[in-house]
Amino acid sequence: MTVTKADNQARADAAYIAQLIQPHQVHRDVYTSQTVFDLEMQHLFANVWVFVGHDSQTPKHGDYFTTQIGTQPVIQVRHSDGQIKVLHNRCPHKGTKIAIDRTGNTGTFFRCPYHAWSFETDGALKAVPLDRGYENTGFRTTANAGGIKPVGAVHTHRGFVFARLAETGISFDDFFQDSLSSLDNMVDRSPEGRLEIAGPPLRYMHKCNWKMLVENQTDTCHPMVAHQSSAGTAVRIWEELGNPEPKPAAMQIIAPFMSPYEFFEDMGIRTWPNGHGHTGVSHSIHSDYSAIPGYFESMSAAYGEARAKDILDENRHNTIYFPNIMVKGPIQQLRNFIPLGPDKTLVESYIYRLVGAPDELLARTAMYNRMINAPTSIVGHDDLEMYERAQEGLLSDGLEWVNLQRLFPGTAEDFSTETVENGTTERQMRNQFDAWKTFMTTSMPDRKDGRR
Amino acid sequence: MTDFTNSQIIDFIYAEARMLDEGRYDEWLALWLEDGHYWMPLDYQQDDPHLTTSLMYEDMFMLKLRVRRLNGARTYSQKPKSRCSHVIQRPFIDLLDNTAGLYQTNTSMHYVETRLDDQILLALTATHDLKRVDGKLRIANKRVDLLNCDAAFGNIQLLP
Repeated sequence: MTVTKADNQARADAAYIAQLIQPHQVHRDVYTSQTVFDLEMQHLFANVWVFVGHDSQTPKHGDYFTTQIGTQPVIQVRHSDGQIKVLHNRCPHKGTKIAIDRTGNTGTFFRCPYHAWSFETDGALKAVPLDRGYENTGFRTTANAGGIKPVGAVHTHRGFVFARLAETGISFDDFFQDSLSSLDNMVDRSPEGRLEIAGPPLRYMHKCNWKMLVENQTDTCHPMVAHQSSAGTAVRIWEELGNPEPKPAAMQIIAPFMSPYEFFEDMGIRTWPNGHGHTGVSHSIHSDYSAIPGYFESMSAAYGEARAKDILDENRHNTIYFPNIMVKGPIQQLRNFIPLGPDKTLVESYIYRLVGAPDELLARTAMYNRMINAPTSIVGHDDLEMYERAQEGLLSDGLEWVNLQRLFPGTAEDFSTETVENGTTERQMRNQFDAWKTFMTTSMPDRKDGRR
Repeated sequence: MTDFTNSQIIDFIYAEARMLDEGRYDEWLALWLEDGHYWMPLDYQQDDPHLTTSLMYEDMFMLKLRVRRLNGARTYSQKPKSRCSHVIQRPFIDLLDNTAGLYQTNTSMHYVETRLDDQILLALTATHDLKRVDGKLRIANKRVDLLNCDAAFGNIQLLP
């Protein structure tokens, strides 16, 4: 067997990655290093199932939506057979992006704007102008002659489109397992069992590493501290007004952030294998929203009263689908933490309509999105301030490790089975880094556990 | 009954921008009618503030909360504080109805916001719905359309 330079490099990479993660702490390089970021894009984001979009964004043949998986530009498109395809957004000729609008309809085929090569909506090469120029050149035997390259694999789960860049690897079901129950609950909240995209997403640029945002979604010890200035002030103004009822909308949405530590401890955190997990097992900050007239009636008519009650009693707070999205089932939101660099992340926050439900539910969802997730949000301002201060603080050589030890049992944990623990544990963050190490090194040789 | 002239309405718009630039928020809030909304759409030519996301659609409770928070002891994103500047073009007066006491203006502005070493520049059009109440001009609604409303922004912390 010959050992190539690439093999040696991969061994060195795998050893380096393994050193960065310990059971109770992670090395700051995971947030600050360009080398680690490049390896994440090459390995992690290729080996796992990454969120692309929702099928209601591309309802008709030729409808497309442009986004990215990690740093790689892709197109989600509806093919002539009704299937959703995910294609690399790159002409096989010179690399020109085929589609540049965020959404559009390409008709029955894609046409590159540079040299008019045309492609079917599944990427297959349709025609090249003046193609006798390629006769006897060997072009037909190249990979480029195959057309726009599709990603490795695509799976749509109840309208949510995920893709794996690598052609081989873990299956969709093995990767997500029972964590899909959060997406299912979000969709079940529609009397018709269907969601629809409701307008464009908020787009919020963060000068910090993407993993800080993901970790913050299950960080239940920060709301009452970082958001005291917004949630605490809301409660004070409400009291000054003489505690008016019904509460102003801002009070319903923002005030629960000031709930005491005990509230967050009792709500629980559930972790699933492969880095997925959620806060709000028994209750959450979304539990006490006022009822919308007519909604329960339409849910009962669709599912029967007992099943409708089961669906609506599930008030999960934030569900992380590793590596980089968060879903809020009770209010139909999805936040996509798109990595752009070790210190640059684009956050896109989507909302969905519960098909068949009263508009008031969507109005509350839109309100939550602008109050909490917008670049103009007084809640978002304080979160971003914390992330950016951390990104800058981590450049200090005073300490090299970031601590993840809250409610750590003392010895390395087993993340291979579902568990429910105290809602202030940092176990879900440790779960994410355990999965991070696994899927970073899956495609590197000489993994410690012998898997390739 | 006070009749307002073009020039008085234009002065009102200039004075409002100056209050925001100088951080005179109590005076600024006093310009508003209780049921007013400050709307900043997310989408170009967006026509509905309720069923799709906006950057802002804030009632008086939210606006009071927003400006009160700016001076809080634990408002970490305002340590140090942001500063802003509106450069405004002469407003168009699109409605001047002294009989009904209703007025509408359309004003192009360049808005600069700065904090630490960062500075952003936004081009925007503000639409003010004004109402005469007790002989004074008050803001009934204000809509702020950012030219690049669909771009990705970092923090926008003050009021464009």
